[in-house]
Amino acid sequence: MRVFILCLSLLVVVAACGSRPEASGQAICVAGSTSVQPFAEKLAEVYMELHPEIRIDVQGGGSSAGIYAARQGAAHLGASSRELVPAEKELVEIPIAWDGIAVIVHRDNPLSGLSLTQIRELYQGRIRNWRELGWLDHAVHLITREEGSGTRNAFEELVMGKAEITPAALVQDSNGAVREIVASDRHALGYISVGLVDARVKALEVDGVLPTRENIRSQRYKLVRRFLLVSKLPPGGPCKEFVDFILSARGQSLLEAEGLVGYEE
Amino acid sequence: MTSKGIERLLLVLALSSVGSLALITFFIFWEGLPLILGTGPGDFLFSTHWAPTKGRFGIGAMIVSSVVVTLGALVLGVPLGLACAIVLAEFAPKRLKQVLKPTLELLAGIPSVVYGFLGVLWLVPLIREHLGGPGLSLLAAAVILGIMILPTIISISIDSLSAVPDLYRDGSLALGATRWQTVQRVVLPAARSGIITAIILGMGRAVGETMAVIMVAGNALKLPTSLLDPVRTLTSNIALELGYASGRHREALFATGVVLFVIIMILNLTAAAVTRRR
Repeated sequence: MRVFILCLSLLVVVAACGSRPEASGQAICVAGSTSVQPFAEKLAEVYMELHPEIRIDVQGGGSSAGIYAARQGAAHLGASSRELVPAEKELVEIPIAWDGIAVIVHRDNPLSGLSLTQIRELYQGRIRNWRELGWLDHAVHLITREEGSGTRNAFEELVMGKAEITPAALVQDSNGAVREIVASDRHALGYISVGLVDARVKALEVDGVLPTRENIRSQRYKLVRRFLLVSKLPPGGPCKEFVDFILSARGQSLLEAEGLVGYEE
Repeated sequence: MTSKGIERLLLVLALSSVGSLALITFFIFWEGLPLILGTGPGDFLFSTHWAPTKGRFGIGAMIVSSVVVTLGALVLGVPLGLACAIVLAEFAPKRLKQVLKPTLELLAGIPSVVYGFLGVLWLVPLIREHLGGPGLSLLAAAVILGIMILPTIISISIDSLSAVPDLYRDGSLALGATRWQTVQRVVLPAARSGIITAIILGMGRAVGETMAVIMVAGNALKLPTSLLDPVRTLTSNIALELGYASGRHREALFATGVVLFVIIMILNLTAAAVTRRR
């Protein structure tokens, strides 16, 4: 079944990329993680303006599908928001950015930080009232992402460990929707990509560390994951030039402007 | 082309739509049944523990949520819709009718995502501030769905009310009944099966609606204990998680689809049976 889905995603990718990658020198196909996709699209857009002769297709499909596509040679570059498992280690991995997960609350919330344990207990449903955290007596409106989402996977891995997220938590299907609810509900608590935190919500310190760029890059902030590009062989030709562009000061500053933290100093 | 040939061509085209229905049915069951049987139908239908990436597939809470949200929508939509249909079919002057009917039909043409958006912007904060809870709730979903099923209920009810022969009305009025008595005791009973069909089809629409519900219902997995609790319906479950699901998780979503399919089928067959009995 899994193979079937991967094949299906592969088909989509191949169809979307128009031609077999090795047959054409001027089209680059990037496929994979939906967390990476918006950033890859931005990079592709700017790169194609600089190099009109190159066409870059960016596809979603999920980290696993992207890695699989890169492995099969259906995509030049696979995008992944999770680390490679040992079986995938033969691929070339190119880290392009850090993505932090911010725990967010409403602007009016006086809380400045939580410990990792407190966050886990909140999401396990053990802490249910803001009073237990030293605020007013009101239920915490917990918001999580849907099962299977990359951000949720990362959150479960980094925060929850073996514990399950309580079924009482509200479920939203995008970072934007989570942010929207937290911005409008004083008693809400949610988590989103650091890049999408804006002035309408407040990111909390985790174990006393704010999710700032420096703290994410130094990994002092705990809720951090890497965005990777993977390919079957070390990239060459136009593909290498695109990767070089992403890792260049220009590419990295583009990613920073979109809210990620650049991998290269 | 001969007329015989055209007939054949049309027959093939007609069958192709039935064929696609058969294919869809086959596909849903093919993908979903193995998981239901593997988990055990009892466990799948009645357990409320849904953690598909950890191998727990229980959709009990979602079935309950779907049923309660739908009932809530009916409580709101049926009296409103029926009242509207009676006014339009029996009492409204022709001019008013000419304005109201197209307006109501327009209501059916508004995409569900727009209903959901309005719900999030207006209804949800209203509930949160005045009634409590996170706002995204069973109540919000029921209200939005109650509005969304209005066009279905109204248009079918109007048709069935209009189908009652004028002879009945004339007879009743001639016997000295008032217009309201006529509607209440003669026209409504005569149109009963059509109205029941309207309600059942409205119910089908409410059960099947997805987008608006995802946006306002909160989608929590817990069994609801109050109207203000967030809930996840069967349709929301599929739409929310299908994007990333693979393997058994994906099969479980198809299995959710099987349950939904059976519910909708039962509703439609009931509606057809009621209509036929007339």
